[in-house]
Amino acid sequence: MTTAIGQPLERVDGRAKVTGSARYSTEIPATGMAHACLVGAQVAAGRVTAVDASDAWEEPGVLAVLTHENLPRIAAQPPLVPSLFGGPAPGETFFPMQDDTVHYGGQAVALVVADTHERAQHAAALLRVEYEESEPLTTIEQGRDQAYEPEAIFGGFLPGHSARGDIEAGLEKADTVVECTYTFAANNHNPLETSGTTAMWDGDELLLHDATQGVNATQLTVAALLGIPLSKIRVLGHYVGGSFGCKAMIWHHPALAALAAREVGRPVKLALTRAQMFTSCGHREEQEQHITLGATDDGRLTALRHHKLSPTSHFDDWAEPSLNSAAQMYACPNYEGAYRLFRANTMTPTFMRGPGDSTGLFALECAMDELAERTGLDPIELRLRNFADSDPVSGNPWSSNGLKECYERGAARFGWYERDPEPRSRREGNWLIGTGMAAAGYPAPPPGTPQRARARIYADGSVVVQAATPEFGTGVATVMAQVAADALGVPVERCRFEKGDTDFPGIAAAVGSAGAGMISAAVHTAATALRDQLVREAVADSGSPLHGADPADVAVRDGVMTVSSPGAPSEAYADLLQRNHRPDAEASGTWNPPGLDTPYGMLTFGAQFAEVAVDPELGMVRVRRMTGAFAPGRVLNTRTVRSQLTGGMLWGLGQALLEANHMEPRTGRWAAGSLGDYLIAVNADAPDVEVELVEVEDRVVNPLGVKGVGEIGQVGANAAIANAVHHATGRRIRKMPITIEDIIG
Amino acid sequence: MSVRGPSLTERGPGLEERGPGPVPVTLSVNGAERELEIEPRVSLLDALREHLDLTGPKKGCDQGACGACTVWVDGRRVLACLTLALSCEGREVTTIEGLAGPDGELHPMQRAFIAQDAFQCGYCTPGQIMSAVALTAEGHTRDDDEIKEWMSGNLCRCAAYPHIRAAVRAVRDGT
Repeated sequence: MTTAIGQPLERVDGRAKVTGSARYSTEIPATGMAHACLVGAQVAAGRVTAVDASDAWEEPGVLAVLTHENLPRIAAQPPLVPSLFGGPAPGETFFPMQDDTVHYGGQAVALVVADTHERAQHAAALLRVEYEESEPLTTIEQGRDQAYEPEAIFGGFLPGHSARGDIEAGLEKADTVVECTYTFAANNHNPLETSGTTAMWDGDELLLHDATQGVNATQLTVAALLGIPLSKIRVLGHYVGGSFGCKAMIWHHPALAALAAREVGRPVKLALTRAQMFTSCGHREEQEQHITLGATDDGRLTALRHHKLSPTSHFDDWAEPSLNSAAQMYACPNYEGAYRLFRANTMTPTFMRGPGDSTGLFALECAMDELAERTGLDPIELRLRNFADSDPVSGNPWSSNGLKECYERGAARFGWYERDPEPRSRREGNWLIGTGMAAAGYPAPPPGTPQRARARIYADGSVVVQAATPEFGTGVATVMAQVAADALGVPVERCRFEKGDTDFPGIAAAVGSAGAGMISAAVHTAATALRDQLVREAVADSGSPLHGADPADVAVRDGVMTVSSPGAPSEAYADLLQRNHRPDAEASGTWNPPGLDTPYGMLTFGAQFAEVAVDPELGMVRVRRMTGAFAPGRVLNTRTVRSQLTGGMLWGLGQALLEANHMEPRTGRWAAGSLGDYLIAVNADAPDVEVELVEVEDRVVNPLGVKGVGEIGQVGANAAIANAVHHATGRRIRKMPITIEDIIG
Repeated sequence: MSVRGPSLTERGPGLEERGPGPVPVTLSVNGAERELEIEPRVSLLDALREHLDLTGPKKGCDQGACGACTVWVDGRRVLACLTLALSCEGREVTTIEGLAGPDGELHPMQRAFIAQDAFQCGYCTPGQIMSAVALTAEGHTRDDDEIKEWMSGNLCRCAAYPHIRAAVRAVRDGT
């Protein structure tokens, strides 16, 4: 019985967020709070030859100046494993200030602590750091010749090279070959809240308030780095001001805050500056992707070759997994995918919204648009002809699909078939109008560890459910109350979800659209266990009207257990507890996720549509409207889900038209280091967005069949816009972002 | 175009030199006089957040680019990160914490933001609401294009923009 799940309930934390009472991780008051400022390397390669802190120490209130000369050594460097796997999850396998080497611009070379923010900031500016500089290498143009094919990427989880069928034979069979190179600027996450940690020691026990997608990930990573028992670290993260991937892995600042707090013997707050958000918590790497499509005259794919080249750090073989969903989208028998990397003076790139697939499917979906034009097929018809009935990589059936319905309903809502397919066929004054579409896919990956939650009902009938996960904008507190309410059979208003605390049952970092699925699985399991426990107690209790009934015949609604037998004997949970003088009852639940070898293809699908207006003389592109149809499995709350999908689609707009960072090749430092330089969509850029939800039942991914919506809204939106720009102007612009220069050039 | 308020720098010539160490400052915030001892270089944003424990105004960039720190000074919206606390002496500062009624009743714009789901992570929300209330009072809400332009000083990385516009419209229309 479902009553609460799916309802468009308002966010339970709405009041806290609109009144300013929601506290984020560097807003926690503490007596004697000290403030820390990171100092980043001014050069991108070389070594620190001297640090003169004499002026800095002249500033009143300075408590510590930590550099490679005096910062305590870390106990151990844990390996880089994506935080979804539930273990320690450092953003890179490098910890700063352990020696004098500078690997990348902005790398932390000092940490200044003072009694006020202003004093720490000023003292940091007075620090004189001298460098021996060597020539940096940061861009694809500089590193192309040094590229190598890694054995594996992504913490060892994905192969560097993969193939099926015979790519050369497939290309020989093709009547038409589309071969394109796509380039992508680097992207920076820039959530509105910068990353930050407040650290407090009580003896040998450490309390961290951290802006993170996983409090357990922070706990595990900091414990490993500092060499202290997990039992002595508690991490809190009640509210997180957005992440989009830069808080998915654990970067250096939580451990640095803890080390600084130990050094000065006071609580320490360390918030990255906006400029440091470009140098201290990962980025989506600059990349180049090369796609070759072979197809018969009737549009059936015979070959897909997809290569990617990108820079990584000196420490890790990391590339965002751009060849993931792109290999699975179409029934193409012959495939070859390969990553190539080169070592650069950069931090290790990291997850950023739509990791991998937002770039990989940009390339594939733009190439498909070219193939549609070449074969004279409608873009949707071309995709339908290549629809994959099963996962083309494994041959396994899909756990659920819904892609055809997404095409159909998205197209109907958008009015797709009203278009004249001829480019430059529609003009309004100075504006050329075009429409474009693209398919979307994103993995529904299981977490690597069991997921836990705890459910408690009080004798007044109110319910608390707990799990460690933080809230960073997904609406987790709202939707998990809905999940618990239905599992227990109580009104949702009586359920509260407590979160963001490692004292609660453990949850892997909520990343890669896996959060809703795995947390709901844990909450559902715990709440169901509590329901079953109370029913068992009631039927065994001679004082209960349910005494002697078969538990299988008991249904619970509005907190009342009722037997489906003559007379329908019933008793409320609360009455059962009160009668037995028990203040509460509690149960834990553990969900064991399916393994990576589960014999199903697990992808979330969608279809994206966009209409653009292009002024070819001024080079302006305006997105006038967007429609997205998605099949994310069970929808826990239509209001929050629509919001997240809308946000993702507008991220696709930003990626398509605005977001870019470039390395200055001579200095090896980012050109953009502020929100004035790095453009993200503002209100005036954002059109109204239509979201169409396609229901599919998925019995594989998790108990409630939730596939997640964090990424799928973004994937393909950029390609739909680029394809619309082509439709408007007749020009293919094979890069992200499309800029004014590209349009008028 | 908007009618400009009085310049915040008009009193310049008469200012006495104070600092650089901490000096006593009196600020009127959300209708209450608050005494604090701060260095003259302290921004209004840091004075509110670090010294008065009013963390509703957010620090998104500390560079005047994101609007998350938007508060009102004498009824005008200002970026608290680019305003010195000292320059607000004798003026009335209003933060998001001062918007709801004394009994906790939400301002219509706050209610509309919840009803329209005009936020996700909530970090930009106080600044969005302070801007939205002000531009509505100024009448810059004739159509969506005008709302878009006037709300574009407040970045929302969750990109709740269409819903923010819906909230502003709802307050404008009294729906």
